Amino acid sequence: MTKITINNLTKIYGNNPEKALELMDKGFSNSDIRQETKQVVGVRETSFTVDEGESFVIMGLSGSGKSTLLRCINMLIAPSRGEILIDGEDVTRVSGDRLMQLRRKKMSMIFQKFALLPNRRILDNVAYGLEIQNLTRNQRYEKAREAIAMVGLQEWEDAYPHSLSGGMQQRVGIARALATDPDILLMDEPFSALDPLIRQDMQDDLLALQQKLRKTIIFITHDLDEALKIGDNIALMKDGEIVQSGSPEDILLSPSSDYVARFVENINWTRALTASAVMVKPRVVMYPKDGPMMALRNMERHGISSLFVTDRSGGLIGYITAEDAYNAVENGIKQLDGIIQKDMPVSSPDTVLSDLLEIMANTKVPMAIVNESNELKGVLVRGSVIAGLAGSRREAGE
Amino acid sequence: MVENIIFSITAYFTDKIPRIPLGRWTDQAIEFLQIHCRDSTKAISDFLEIMIKGLQEGLISIPILLMILAVAAVAWKSAGRKVAIFSLVGLLFIWNIGLWNVTMQTLAMVLAAVFMCVLLGVPLGILMAKNLTAYRIIAPVLDFMQTLPAFVYLLPAIPFFGLGVVPAVITTLIFAMPPVIRLTYLGLIQVPEELMELGKSFGSTFFQMLFKIELPLARSTIMAGINQCIMLSLSMVVIAAMIGAKGLGGVVWTAIQTLNMGMGFEAGVAIVILAIILDRITSSLGNSQGKEG
Repeated sequence: MTKITINNLTKIYGNNPEKALELMDKGFSNSDIRQETKQVVGVRETSFTVDEGESFVIMGLSGSGKSTLLRCINMLIAPSRGEILIDGEDVTRVSGDRLMQLRRKKMSMIFQKFALLPNRRILDNVAYGLEIQNLTRNQRYEKAREAIAMVGLQEWEDAYPHSLSGGMQQRVGIARALATDPDILLMDEPFSALDPLIRQDMQDDLLALQQKLRKTIIFITHDLDEALKIGDNIALMKDGEIVQSGSPEDILLSPSSDYVARFVENINWTRALTASAVMVKPRVVMYPKDGPMMALRNMERHGISSLFVTDRSGGLIGYITAEDAYNAVENGIKQLDGIIQKDMPVSSPDTVLSDLLEIMANTKVPMAIVNESNELKGVLVRGSVIAGLAGSRREAGE
Repeated sequence: MVENIIFSITAYFTDKIPRIPLGRWTDQAIEFLQIHCRDSTKAISDFLEIMIKGLQEGLISIPILLMILAVAAVAWKSAGRKVAIFSLVGLLFIWNIGLWNVTMQTLAMVLAAVFMCVLLGVPLGILMAKNLTAYRIIAPVLDFMQTLPAFVYLLPAIPFFGLGVVPAVITTLIFAMPPVIRLTYLGLIQVPEELMELGKSFGSTFFQMLFKIELPLARSTIMAGINQCIMLSLSMVVIAAMIGAKGLGGVVWTAIQTLNMGMGFEAGVAIVILAIILDRITSSLGNSQGKEG
């Protein structure tokens, strides 16, 4: 279901936007408009839709208009023209009161520099959004504590922001955004201010949270690795316009213009890297004689939906899915060997990644990496591929 | 040739252009206000008179030892042991040299002036930060208030409010209010943009923004303004002794008129002690907020 629809959104900065809009309609470029009218085009004729529960990443270099676009969605910046429909309601046309309600209940924002109030404890920071809705102290603390628990900061409730590390501060920012239980999270480069290792942890945690909560997320970043990791869909912005949008694989495999290609070029280590460089150890494998109940429990513990099955010497036999294992439990089947499927993608450790990406894009099961004697050496999941690519890019001194 | 031109220009200025009678206009304006605003100035005057007299009598009626211990305790709580000991010794010394009552009179005037400064100054500072027109009007008035020599408005206060503590407090108000307004304004415009966005993006109203985000963040800056206001008030109530405010300034004034250097010095030291205690306590109030947060 479509949650957010942006139609022809334009933001002109300056005191005479009408003049600039006129020129824009005649097809003038941004720099010409600037010369003619002294008005600056922030966002230009942008349209896209975001589905409920989708993570939509807007990517671009600084000055590309991505932050402006994000701030239009909650009207921190009033657009000059165009529509922003949230659940069918055009937020550019609602009354002040209605806008306040939307900001309180429907969407909340997470900031690049965390934006915590230094004079408030963590608990009161997280409760801010509830406090201004005039909830009683007990009600708001209860909800705030739930949100704090979600980001794992229970022990820091009474601390002040300055005593927390950057990563923890941003967790508070996320908890604050979740406390009002909004449908939409607007995240403005939330992890850019963190150092790389912490950043990756935060990305993983966000993905785990999103797995549970299924919020609609608009995520701004200038980091392609991050975009690929977080986004269900990615839009690339340049000079206020979206130059390409699509799934991460689309962007990687078929860049629509030179600009996108150059962006992606930096990361195109897929031709240089082999499967062995980015595969991860299978976290757990099953044996044919194991029971389906145990398989289910393992999947649950690791948050995955399928497991590889090997023989005692590590030779790959096949895989089982959570669904099959569940049915097996229901039907009283005691061993896995009846439900093993064998149609998983398989590859050797020295295959070049670019040959694997397309296969991975079209399959739900992780790819098994086996050696000549069919021993399971590792697993390729999307996350590990992207993390691997990100890692090698950094090692190369990029 | 050149000399001739200069001469004729000079002659033109001295002969043809009449002197602008700024002084007479001022006299007339004050006279006008005096006649037509008598009721309102009377009301202000009465209100201030009651407040100051009440404060003075209140402070004096507190048992001296109790008062000294209370001040020392407040100093200990807010500014630490050293300031507490200084307050204790300093106030005992003032008591010892027999200046207790006049010191309390001065303190009452300072407190009244500061109270009025905060009551008027903080809202004006907020207005300035929120409204560009207000800023354009208030900013030059503040410059005027701060640069005009204090004696110049000490005089007109007399026809309006008579001699005594009320005109003293009014002139003190004019002299000491600008830093409160300015630093309130400064504190508010220094609130980081991201925190303003935070407030708005969660759906805060204007007053929620003000009371839950802006003023708490501006607090230490505003406290610095109040601290300056107290210091300026103290120096002004001493000067204002010339128009009949009593207190320590009165003692200094008498000492000057009678060339009694010892008496003047004693009163001077008492003023310094009072100033140090007030400064340390109020400045640490501002800082402790910052540390906590």
